[in-house]
Order: sequence, then C-alpha cells, then structure tokens
Amino acid sequence: MSALVAVLVAPLIGALSAVALPGRSGRIAAWVAIVTTLAAAVALAASVISQGMPRLAVGSWEPPVGIVLEADGLSIAMIVMTALVMTAAALTARHMLAGDTKGPRIAFGFWPLMLLLWAALNAVFLSRDLFNLYVGIELLSLAAIGLVAIEGKPEALAAAIRYMIFALAGSLLYLAGVVLVYGAHGALDIGVLVGREPAETDGLALALMTVGLMSKTALFPFHVWLPPAHGGAPAPASAMLSALVPKASYVILLRLWFDVMPDQATDAALTLVATFGAAAVLWGSLAALVQSRVKLIVAYSTVAQIGYLFLVFPLAGGGSEDQPWAAGAWNGAVFLALSHGLAKAAMFLAVGQWMKVRGSDCLDEMEGLATAMPMTAFAFALSSITIVGLPPSGGFTAKYLVMTSAFAAGQWVWALVMACGGLLAAAYLYRPMAMVFRRADLSAFRLPSRAQQAVPLALAGAAIILGIASSGPFETLAIGRPQTAEAGL
Amino acid sequence: MTLVLDLTLCALILAVALATVLGGGVFRAIVFFIVYGLLLSVAWVRLDAVDVALAEAAIGAGLTGVLFLSAFGKLSRIGAEAEPPAAGIRALLPAALACAGLTGALAWAWFALPVPERPAPDLATALPRAGIENPVTAVLLNFRAWDTLLESIVLLAALIGVWMLARDEDWHDRFGLPQHVRPGGVMANFGRLLPPVGVLVGVYLVYVGADRPGGAFQGGTVLAAVGLVAALAGLLRPPRVTQIVWRMGLVAGPLVFLIAGIVGAILGAGFLTLPEPIAGSAIFVIEIALVASIAVTLAFLVIGPPEQGHRE
Repeated sequence: MSALVAVLVAPLIGALSAVALPGRSGRIAAWVAIVTTLAAAVALAASVISQGMPRLAVGSWEPPVGIVLEADGLSIAMIVMTALVMTAAALTARHMLAGDTKGPRIAFGFWPLMLLLWAALNAVFLSRDLFNLYVGIELLSLAAIGLVAIEGKPEALAAAIRYMIFALAGSLLYLAGVVLVYGAHGALDIGVLVGREPAETDGLALALMTVGLMSKTALFPFHVWLPPAHGGAPAPASAMLSALVPKASYVILLRLWFDVMPDQATDAALTLVATFGAAAVLWGSLAALVQSRVKLIVAYSTVAQIGYLFLVFPLAGGGSEDQPWAAGAWNGAVFLALSHGLAKAAMFLAVGQWMKVRGSDCLDEMEGLATAMPMTAFAFALSSITIVGLPPSGGFTAKYLVMTSAFAAGQWVWALVMACGGLLAAAYLYRPMAMVFRRADLSAFRLPSRAQQAVPLALAGAAIILGIASSGPFETLAIGRPQTAEAGL
Repeated sequence: MTLVLDLTLCALILAVALATVLGGGVFRAIVFFIVYGLLLSVAWVRLDAVDVALAEAAIGAGLTGVLFLSAFGKLSRIGAEAEPPAAGIRALLPAALACAGLTGALAWAWFALPVPERPAPDLATALPRAGIENPVTAVLLNFRAWDTLLESIVLLAALIGVWMLARDEDWHDRFGLPQHVRPGGVMANFGRLLPPVGVLVGVYLVYVGADRPGGAFQGGTVLAAVGLVAALAGLLRPPRVTQIVWRMGLVAGPLVFLIAGIVGAILGAGFLTLPEPIAGSAIFVIEIALVASIAVTLAFLVIGPPEQGHRE
C-alpha cells in the first residue's frame, strides 16, 4: 500500500481502535498508529523527492466525478512537520496522562481525538478537492474543539464553545463559497478549476471562502477565540492546536489564492488581507507583552505569528506573481509556517513541563527553572530565537526571504511591520526567559526525567536546523509549484 | 397554482426563520426551529431533491430539535434556564447588516450563475458503472466515498467531544439521566407502539436507498429515534462508556468502510475502489455497517455524556 494512503488510514484506524478497544490495548493501538503514521510520512516525503508527485484518484474515479489526492512539495513539508509535532506531543502526553493523575476521561479521550486531528491534517494537506477540503476542516475543527474542552474546567469549556462558534461560522462561509464555485464551473477539483473560464461569481466565492478560512486560522480580527482556547488546553493539546491547526486552513488559502483563482486576486484584495495580517502582528505582540501567564504569552504570540503568514499575499500574488521576488515571498511564508509549527510546539511542551512541576503557569512561579530543568529552558530559548527571527533559525530564513521580497517589490511597509513584530517578540519572550533564568532553589520538587525534557529540545532543534540546512527544504517546496514560482531571488 | 404554493412556502420559511431568531424565549425559538426544518424539507421536495428532504426532516428538524430540547431541559434542571437579556439594537445591528449583506450577495449570485445541466454529463456517463441506481447513493458511497467515510468519522469526533463534557467522577456512570415513566401513561404506551414501526421504516429507508430516495444517514436517524423513544419510555437503560460492545458498534461502520477501501488498495484495484461487478453488494454491506454506527452514535449524542443520576 502506498505511503500516500498510509498517512491517511493509519491515524484513522488508530483512532477507531482507541475508541473500540478497552484501556491498555486501546493505547497500544494508538501508539502503533502513531509510529506507522510517522514512518509513512517520512516514506511519502522520500518518495516525492526521489520519484515525483504521487497522484491518487480515490475509487479510481477521475474528476469532476471523483476526488483526487496529490502530494506536492507543500504537502509533504507540512505532513512531515505535523508528524514531528504529533509524535513529540504524544511522547509528552504519555507521561502527563500516565497513572491516574488526570483521570480516566482524559486518558480515554485524548488518543482518539489526537489521531483524528492528525488524520484530518494529512487529509487537508493532500486533498485537491474543494468539498473534500471542507470535510477535512470539519473533522479537524471538531477534534480540535474536543481537545480544547478536554481539561474539563469551566474556562476550558467556555473557550471550546467560543472556538466552536467561530469554527462553524467559518465552515459555513467556506461552504457557501464552494457552492458558488460548483454552481459556476460544475467542478470541485483544483486541477480542473485551474483551467476554468473565470465566472462573474468567482470574486464573491473567493471572498466567502477567505473570510471563512480566516476565521478558522484565527487571523485578526477573528483571533479572539484563540488565546483562551490554546491557553486553557493541556500542554500537548495546546502544542498541536497552536502549531498545526491554523496551518491547515492557511494551506487551503494558499492554494485558493495562488493556484485556483490567481485571476481574482486584485491588488486591493491582497492589500486588505495583508493589512489584517499586519494588524495581527502588532495586536498579538502587544497583547503578549501584558500577559501574566506564560501559556497566554505563547498563545498571543501565535496570533502575531499567524499575522506574518498573511503579509506574503501582496508580495507573491496578483500582479506580483510573475515578478522575481514572488517565489522568495511564497517560500518565506511556508518556511515561517513550518518553523513556527516546530518552535511553538516546543514552547508549549516546555511550558507544560514547568507547569507540571510548579502547578501553575504564572510568570512569578517560573523562577529557577533553568537551573532545575536546563534542557527545557534551552528548548524555550532556542524556540524564542526562531519566533523572534534571529539567525541561524528557520524563522530568520523565512523573515529574511519575505523582507527582501518586500524591499524588492517596493512595499517596504510590510518589512517595517515585520521588524516591529520581531522587536516586540524579543520583548514579550524576554519576560518569561528572565524569570526562568533567575536563581531559586527547586530541589524539593519532583522533576520530569531527562528523556521527557529532551522532547521539546528536539523540536526546537529541528526549527534551528531548518535555518541552517535550508537548501534541501527549498528544493522540496518547489516540487509542483507553477513555473513562475520556481525562480528564486 | 404551483407558483402560489412556492411563494407561500418561501414566505413561511422566511417568517419562521425570523421568528426563530428574533422571538423572545429559548423554548419558543426551538419550536420555531423545528417548524423551520420541516418547511425546509418541503422546499427540498419542491426542488425535486427528495433525498435531501428526508435528511433535512430526519436530521435537521427531528434530531437537531431533540438535541435542542434536551439541552433546554438540562438548563432548566440546573436552574440556568433564565432568558438571556434582550440584546439592544446596537448589538443586533452589526449582525443584521452582515447577514443582510450575505443574503444580498448570495441572491445576486443566484441570478448571475448559469442554469446547471442535470445530471451533469460526466456524472451521467459514470452512473451506469456505479453498481447502484440512486444517483445520490452512488455519489455518497462510490464516487465520493472518501467524503462520506470522513463524514461518518466526523460524527464519532462529535460524540467523543460530547463525552469530554462529562465530570470526571461521573465517567463510569450510565449515559444521560434516568427516565421516570408513569405506568400505563402516554409515554409508556408510545414506547411500546412506536419502536416496531420505527424499525420497519428505518430498515426500509436503508433498503430502498439503493435505487430510490433513502439511505444510511436517513435510516440511521430513524433507528436512533427508535432507541431514544425506548429509552425515554424506560424500556432500555442507557449503557456506560466502559461497555465495549457499544463502543465497537460506534466504530463498526467507519471501520468496515476503511477496511473495504484498504482491501481495494492491497488487491491492486485502488484505495476505496469498488470493482464494477461487486460494487452493488459491497455498497450494501458498507451501508448496513454504517447504519448501525450512525444509529448508535446519534442516539448517544442525544442522550448525552455519563451522569451520576443513575446512582441511587
């Protein structure tokens, strides 16, 4: 069976088994699925790099009747990043849910929800069908809402309800756009739609789908659900929610604006989207600066980082598409999505271990943790380097690419926003770092094992390696890109 | 004559929708919502989409209505049924403007869109090879089986989400609250009368789904309703999360569907490919398994998470 099918069915079968089988055997089934999916993700990436893009017409029905799944460079980059984050989150969850510390409800619910989330992410990254993408983000949202509610506290439930309202409204708007596309062109497949004759209603369809997906991505001003949801979930769940879930709707947006309907991307529309992004960078960073809980600082930082992802729209889309800087901007945005995913997951997992030791994530409780748990502190510091965008991290490479594109395009406003965002990130991450590195005696506390502490460090290290060895990922991202985007700066 | 009927129907739908959104009182809004769902399903019949009409009546009006009513019941029991304060015009205005803008835009799109060819030419050529005559079932279980497989798992994700709302100390208790029924009362008699009829209707809907309107989702909803009526009448005690048989019932449908897809991939036909000679029977087997899972999942969704009310 091909790796393409395996990355989809392995987590699904794992989730179903984890629901059906009792206690221990359910967890074993979940772990078999985790290892299989990780291996399948790596195998898929290897086969795409060596043999080109696999394409699967599900049920052997070609579009417009059937659904096509296809793995291009963007898909495998996201799938491998997802596999790394998921595995790290699962390793951390294994310890956090061990024994009866969290109760049988969480021990039962976490594994199927996590595997369903993983399957939905892979399905979205591979699908080339607009309605199938809708089903994918529905499954994604429902699994994510379950993970937000899993803590069981009143605040977590309130955050989950708020998230659900935003996610469902976003789904409906996206679906309305899909209906308009189908009504106008009689097709849902991206490959078929690329060669379509533009219709009058396409602009409205793109607008509806974009607003819906913006709501799911938590782009300003739709970000209000994100901080309580990500801040209230258990650490492994926060890592998945913050690092991965917004990326799925973002990837759909990239495909819509740059593959399906580049003709509808007017300069005004592109600038409007990027303006929301710029507002997100500034608002999220300023809000992160005044939080007193570390998890909320990290969550607001996600609001800001999502903003950066949208600055690329006027640089790589519309009239800029044929310009030499477009490829750099597009690559930079995807690189930012990848490195943010790795670094943000590392941050949440490190903070989760601190919380488990101190019983709270208040800033004042973080004193002395660097001496007691040096590996997690190092992981947090390395992740901060990526989030701020300092060399030699993946975040630096990404911001460098987008900034040089902005200058080349003469749109220096976006570069200015990025510079401000970087400075603000340094400021809001300094506060937890300063606390963690302050001296205090924590020898009375029970500390997590070294193996556990190494998990976030591995993720943060991966985000740094992405910056040092960036040429391989670059060539991979070019697989399946239209000709214009392959030329770099 | 039909024009008059259609215009009346449209006016009724709009009026009931407005009454749902604007009328005071949660209970009234729920009742209007159920009426709204029934009117919509009549509208689908007028549009010649009988499959959608069945789904709308069973799931949109019926099941969702019951979910709302049971949520309302729970709110009143914990004394939280107090009506939300009436929103002022300043709070309603942005929502009203956004909805009006969206409605206007969609209405414009309706005039701007071309009239579609029915059935679409590619679908018409593919249909004879689907192994099943009802085009809706062919799309759902063959052409776009991947969508349907994921949708059936979406239901399961929703149920796990609902279970996560249980309190930790209640986890090992039975689902929902115990039902007290007056012996010989209306509910007790209904509980004996309705289930046999409901089972017949549900099974029939699944069976005819092959070549006429009907299918797994509609049939599963009717069977779920049968289970709920029996539980409300006190004839069935809701199970517990720890009862493995029921959990296997939840996953049976998606699992059979997935395994059928994987077998296709292993045998070289392709993932989720149903070879033409056996497509009809394969779809039937998958539908039976799906019906069981859909019925159990929907019934558990309505009954709700484990609660300690059963302990006494």
